[in-house]
Amino acid sequence: MNDKLRVRLIKNMVARHYMLCLTVFCLLIMFIIGTGLLIKSLPVLKEKGIWELLTTSNWRPFKGDFGFLSFILSTLYVTLIAILIAVPLSVLSSIYLSEYATRNVKRIFSPVVDLLSGIPPVIYGVWGTLTIVPLISEKIAPHFVDFSTGYSVLAGGVVLAIMIIPLIISILTEVFNSISRELREASLSLGATKWETVKKVILRKSLPGIIAAVVLAVSRAFGETIAVLMVCGNFTEIPQSIFDSCYPLPALIANNYGEMMSLPNYEAALMFSALLLFSIIVLFNAGSRLMLYQINRRYQL
Amino acid sequence: MRKIEEKIFKGLMIAASGIIVAILFYILFVIISRGLSSMSWEMLTHIPSGGFYLGKEGGILNAILGSLFLILGSVLLSMVISIPVVMYINFILRKNSRFANTARFAFDILFGIPSIVYGAFGFMLMIFLGINASLLGGIITVALLIIPIMMRSIDEVAAYVPRDLIEATQSLGATKYETIKVIIRQLIPGITTAILLSVGRGIGDAATVLFTAGYTDSIPTSLLQPAATLPLAIFFQLSSPIEEVQNRAYAAALILTVIILILSFSARYFSSKLSKSKL
Repeated sequence: MNDKLRVRLIKNMVARHYMLCLTVFCLLIMFIIGTGLLIKSLPVLKEKGIWELLTTSNWRPFKGDFGFLSFILSTLYVTLIAILIAVPLSVLSSIYLSEYATRNVKRIFSPVVDLLSGIPPVIYGVWGTLTIVPLISEKIAPHFVDFSTGYSVLAGGVVLAIMIIPLIISILTEVFNSISRELREASLSLGATKWETVKKVILRKSLPGIIAAVVLAVSRAFGETIAVLMVCGNFTEIPQSIFDSCYPLPALIANNYGEMMSLPNYEAALMFSALLLFSIIVLFNAGSRLMLYQINRRYQL
Repeated sequence: MRKIEEKIFKGLMIAASGIIVAILFYILFVIISRGLSSMSWEMLTHIPSGGFYLGKEGGILNAILGSLFLILGSVLLSMVISIPVVMYINFILRKNSRFANTARFAFDILFGIPSIVYGAFGFMLMIFLGINASLLGGIITVALLIIPIMMRSIDEVAAYVPRDLIEATQSLGATKYETIKVIIRQLIPGITTAILLSVGRGIGDAATVLFTAGYTDSIPTSLLQPAATLPLAIFFQLSSPIEEVQNRAYAAALILTVIILILSFSARYFSSKLSKSKL
């Protein structure tokens, strides 16, 4: 073996091992994040126990009370509103795009979805405070409650809804495309109208895909921080109506990070909320991704 | 009956699509019109001077440059990590290898982890390593955020590299490493799209840099100095009670939006080029 070849082979070996190490490292990142957050939140977990943290709503860091219930409920309410608005809109428009729209309409629509998903959260936040918040406090809330600043569950829900629409549409378009042409044609040739085909064949066939898309959207909504922080009002009480302000978990972390060092267990409590978000989101993502893989595999055959 | 139902639903579908398009234009309209009225040359070319946060003169050059330095660093860092990984799972491992599919699954999950969790983890990492809030801390954290994005989008185009090319290179006696160098050259448009996507995501994200990059009025000159960023400039100035300062937040929002628009359209351009060359 001459030297030149040896050098090439050594380079090859080094490169291979470098690549392998990096791949393993990337696989481990998730575990490192999870373990890190767990270790950091152990102090508060040991002192209070997970049940007390999750089911009480006393939030008095100075006295050492850390009840997450109001933050958890805020997150759930905001997400629920976002899903209620976003899912019908995105399902309807993705059906339109994949079944009815002409090529030109698709060509216009696809950059719209791209741009909506590309706009940074902070811009959604600015837009929300300029439009949605005053709309709620001046036009909508007065019909229902005495007073609302507009910084509310509803504002958070609306802004989040717009942020998750592009995610749902892009997954649904893929899901609808994975349904075979023969299936559609069989239904049409049996005399079904296009809408009946959509309703009885396509929607039914893609139900698992729609569920997966919604679960992914829910987990995106859970973790969204800055936009929600800017329009929700951040008030540590369990919201009584959709016009009350609320304080979702990610906003709690973002708002209190700088000052947390001095108080005992405060850092651990914030890390616990990050851990909570992390574990729920990883679980939801894993479930829905597995579902989507299955769908893709089934139709590729 | 059948016809009416179809008509109603078709109408609803068109309405839904129309609403979505309208929302985008409404957002852009609000940001642009509100931003233009407070935009000035000074915003782009000056750093904040004394009394800036009380409404006196100055601009946000510190945040613009801070964001650019930060994204440059994190894109480089994430390229060094994600390109080799994608090459490994696509071209060194067998097709449909279990390990490769597990890796793809993990990247899909990492992609879904919210930026605030990366931010919290990055902060923890920095304490562990003994780094203060700095450009370096921000770079590492934002890299964590964009690595999954970059991997997924390069992985998508890597599947289309013609098998003939790989076989031709190898039959000429190239080692796997040399083959990969050839493949990377082929993938440059795809990698460019991936970079543009990651830049777009990384430059606009506030939750990752909130605790890790810090904020400063000067332009950072080393990796260990804190750096201001555009999303935080918007966020902080908007929460000020003074109107002039708030107006600057709108101008900063306009700057960020224009950057995102440019990135998004160039990414489209490169990916359309990609599908034309059938790579």
